[in-house]
Amino acid sequence: MKSDTAVPVKEVSKTDPRIKLIAARIKKENYKPDALIEILHTAQGAYGYLPKEVLVYIAKALKLPPSRVFSTVTFYHFFSLKSKGDHTCIVCTGTACYVKGAQAILNKLEKEFGLKPGQVTTDNKLGVAVARCIGACGLAPAVVIDNDVQGKVSADAIIETINEKTGIV
Amino acid sequence: MNKITVIINEKKFEVDPHKTILEVCRENEVEILTMCHLKGIVDIGACRLCLVEIEGMNKLIPACTTKVAANMVIRTDTEKLKKYQRITTELFYAERNHVCAVCVSNGKCELQNLGYKVGVDNIRYPHLFPQCEVDTSHPWYVMDHNRCIMCTRCVRVCNEVEGAHNWDVMNRGHQVRIISDFNTPWGESTTCTSCGKCLHACPTGAIWPKAIVQGQLEKNPVMITELIERRKMKL
Repeated sequence: MKSDTAVPVKEVSKTDPRIKLIAARIKKENYKPDALIEILHTAQGAYGYLPKEVLVYIAKALKLPPSRVFSTVTFYHFFSLKSKGDHTCIVCTGTACYVKGAQAILNKLEKEFGLKPGQVTTDNKLGVAVARCIGACGLAPAVVIDNDVQGKVSADAIIETINEKTGIV
Repeated sequence: MNKITVIINEKKFEVDPHKTILEVCRENEVEILTMCHLKGIVDIGACRLCLVEIEGMNKLIPACTTKVAANMVIRTDTEKLKKYQRITTELFYAERNHVCAVCVSNGKCELQNLGYKVGVDNIRYPHLFPQCEVDTSHPWYVMDHNRCIMCTRCVRVCNEVEGAHNWDVMNRGHQVRIISDFNTPWGESTTCTSCGKCLHACPTGAIWPKAIVQGQLEKNPVMITELIERRKMKL
């Protein structure tokens, strides 16, 4: 548990289309501090995660204490402070998927891309994560690639799909 | 205002209806143990030490957040409650790295006094031994997360009394931590006014002023209650 010591926070660029999207949402919510979660949703949708400079921007715009914004972001699992990658591969490790070989898929992913669950490639193209159960036990083992559920998959088929989508070979 | 009757430990009391069970008990010298309660600031019922038994309810109810009702039959001294108080206290000790011998609060610590009171002589649960930071970046004060019990008294005092809201709570479950601003060092905080109220609100040795040696820390949480009451007075 290390706090981010002395990392200078970049200013957000006002011309960034993503910031414009957030600014529009803040305006629509009438700069109400209660709308924090809705605005964080918009920000997460625009960036894929929540960079620190965006949190600073939101806290200032809503006149909220920075610690309140940070506590909200860290409380909900939906919000992420780290980039999840341009493409995501979520392997279900619920009981049914585990029995049907989710671990073999994870091993293959690690061998192929060098990624453990929660990690992202250095070029930010692919991120691997695990989920406890995605509710598709009938399709075990299930993997979610970019919000598409792939059921009854083999490790090799997954690698092929990822290569197709991300262009990593 | 009409008074109502409540029965606490088989004794009848005439009390104001808008008061909490804890307030009524404290006024009538019925002992209730607390950790997260500080008179004057909002109660959150987090520490679970003030649990009481109420007739007709099969759950234990926190006294600090429950209002009294007419003809309520309350018990505060049953064996079941004593058992739970001891469990709660032991879990406080098991959760972080509490080492009284090297602590600034040694001898004057609310957690230590609680341990003596409920008779903790050993901890029956495995210690978590989490890796905790000690934030010494503030020029005057130190935040030692090893000694924090997450009562959030500092958070509430900073928000409600000082109005700065420097502190808040990060993460959830056993990973919760008190944070300053964006989990940045306290010394770099843009909101902290260095008023020192969090220090007096803290029941343990988690927040303490620099230039103090082991066992020498004098905290004064009553000062905060008095401050709040004086602010309410119309001069």
